[in-house]
Amino acid sequence: MNKITSTIALTSILAFSANTANADTLDSIKSKGHIQCGVSTGLPGFSNADAAGNWQGLDVDMCRAVAAAVLGDASKVKYTPLTAKERFTALQSGEIDMLPRNTTWTLTRDASLGLNFAGVNYYDGQGFMVTKALGVKSALELDGAAVCIQAGTTTELNLADYFRLNGMQYKSVTYDTSDATVKGFEAGRCDMLTSDQSQLYALRIKLKDPDSAMVLPEVISKEPLGPVVRQGDDKWFNIVKWTLFAMVNAEEMGITSANADKMKSSDNPSVGRFMGGQGEKLGLGDDWAYNIVKQVGNYGESFERNVGMGSPLKISRGLNALWTNGGLQYAPPIR
Amino acid sequence: MSEHESGIQPSKPAVWNDPKYRALFFQVLLVLGLGYFFYTIIDNTLSNMEARGISTGFAFLGEAAGFGIGMSLIEYTEANTYGRTFWVGLLNTLLVSFLGIIFATVLGFIMGIARLSHNWLIAKIAMLYIEIFRNIPVLLQIFFWYFAVLAALPSVRQSIDLGAGVQFNNRGLYLPSPVPEDGFSIVVWLFVIGIVASFFLARWAHKRQDDTGQQFPIFWSTLGLVFGLPLLVFLAMGAPLSWDVPELKGFNFRGGVTIIPELLSLLLALTIYTGTYIAETVRAGINSVSHGQTEASLALGMSRGQTMRLIIVPQAMRVIIPPLTSQYLNLAKNSSLAVAVGYPDLVNVFMGTTLNQTGQAVEIVFMTMAVYLTMSLSISAFMNWYNKFMALVER
Ligand SMILES: N[C@@H](CCC(=O)N[C@@H](CS)C(=O)NCC(=O)O)C(=O)O
Repeated sequence: MNKITSTIALTSILAFSANTANADTLDSIKSKGHIQCGVSTGLPGFSNADAAGNWQGLDVDMCRAVAAAVLGDASKVKYTPLTAKERFTALQSGEIDMLPRNTTWTLTRDASLGLNFAGVNYYDGQGFMVTKALGVKSALELDGAAVCIQAGTTTELNLADYFRLNGMQYKSVTYDTSDATVKGFEAGRCDMLTSDQSQLYALRIKLKDPDSAMVLPEVISKEPLGPVVRQGDDKWFNIVKWTLFAMVNAEEMGITSANADKMKSSDNPSVGRFMGGQGEKLGLGDDWAYNIVKQVGNYGESFERNVGMGSPLKISRGLNALWTNGGLQYAPPIR
Repeated sequence: MSEHESGIQPSKPAVWNDPKYRALFFQVLLVLGLGYFFYTIIDNTLSNMEARGISTGFAFLGEAAGFGIGMSLIEYTEANTYGRTFWVGLLNTLLVSFLGIIFATVLGFIMGIARLSHNWLIAKIAMLYIEIFRNIPVLLQIFFWYFAVLAALPSVRQSIDLGAGVQFNNRGLYLPSPVPEDGFSIVVWLFVIGIVASFFLARWAHKRQDDTGQQFPIFWSTLGLVFGLPLLVFLAMGAPLSWDVPELKGFNFRGGVTIIPELLSLLLALTIYTGTYIAETVRAGINSVSHGQTEASLALGMSRGQTMRLIIVPQAMRVIIPPLTSQYLNLAKNSSLAVAVGYPDLVNVFMGTTLNQTGQAVEIVFMTMAVYLTMSLSISAFMNWYNKFMALVER
């Protein structure tokens, strides 16, 4: 949906609705029977529709996990593809219920858009992709380069900071869709394309000749990507937050989609709490966490399947390994 | 009853029965009602935004923007404010709209007249042009020209050298920019004086022809006044102008002025697309002038060119101008499709990046809509004035 329409929708809601905070998202989802999930327009590994129109990816799994927890069925999700520019208005106007769309958690977004970040499902950082023919080995050699970027991203800001800090100049070409950004880069309009590193790998496999491009070693920013919800509906916020925590905790406790049924009878008290007894506090069914792991899998499974070794992206866990393995993925306990 | 009627003047109705006051009363009521309506809407919007934790107000216009813009007609760096990004975007929008309107008008008039040509080939070429480009959505044409232009052009290192310091490659058209030196302002003044003088000369020549029938070589004398004289003086002063020639440094050319491919393709697409509609408008206008006018003119010994220029077109203009206005409005509005190929116009820069970085959708969309409204109204106002100016003056 285009941005003007969303903005008009947003404005009219703001203008004509009585002065109350948000309606209850959980109730509205239960009555309509599905979750409306805002995702990217197509980013392999994170949210991408296959030829048959089925959405797949790490972010898509976030939507499916919430659907499993809330409605007991991971398939009850409808997707709204959004460009970077459209995403926040779509969430503010209530067009979507949640936004897992490789979105960076920043102070401005958290504090001034009327939104809340429910956690981090991928720790990322911004990088550069160049054509091999350019013969550049480091981003510091890029003075005077032309850069293709997507509008409405943190990428635009980091790029400006980085070049200014290093006393270098650049010329930006800012497109509104990732397709146009990739095409512009491919057509030679720019010397480099910059984005979050994970997305560079994803966009690289979209190139006609992926081997002609390479990702430079520099990482110039922190990009904690996570699902976003509207501010003011704490119940819904908690559900999305704890869905993510449940996936991470499941991995830590060794609960997988394959062994979930067997683990139900485990005598480990933590696993027992995971399998039942806590859902009511979130306003969910007793088997909310079981449904997540059974139908979608734990965090590690989702990672490997979508962006890790089981996918064309072949990204290693790195920062996204569990804290027990030297990574940053750490979830508060379910108790 | 009858004895009453004779003596009584029709009394003035009471104030509340007087249609004049009634109308006034209801108008005032309507204005008050509307005022209250908008007041509540705005007030409600603001308090709802506050309740939802969304920032409001125009204070963001003073904050540092922190992002780069690929092309700007005014000085702009990342350290400038969001307010400045508005002006950068606005000027870029005005630039493509203005150039687009000029080019589309020229192309449209040529093609419209060509389509009526007695030369079979020329008429068919014009027809093909119109039929093809009128029926392809303009967004598709923008994409086509952008990626076709990009694909056809060589990379920076194989840049085409067009001579005189002009370079053409897939990063744009690089032109040397003039750097005026001492005394150059004299040449500029002569140029301006030349324009004013030739305006008066034309009026004088016109009047003389009306009075005496004698013609004056107005074209050549204008050319001499506007270009010839300043050029002579310029050369006589030893050409006080140097050129900043673009040079390959690192990855790209630096120096001179750059016309970026985004601007080129957008202009090309808007010109070609709108040109088709203008061509049809022109054709309709010319067809509306009765053939008797042509015959009369030829019978008076005017050439075909003169007939077209002096008899047909001035009369056709009356039919052409109103629809031409809507084409201009369309072009200005279509220029917002720039965002598709990354040309930094108002919609791309301000309603795109600035909106997204600040999240102040309501304020920014409001400002952007106000700009397009003002632009459309100004074009309309200008064209209405021009229409009056061109209207048939009965003598
Ligand atoms: N994490 C950054 C960047 C997110 C982003 O939009 N990245 C682009 C990469 S070029 C993307 O995913 N585009 C996909 C799309 O627009 O559908 C942010 O939150 O601002």
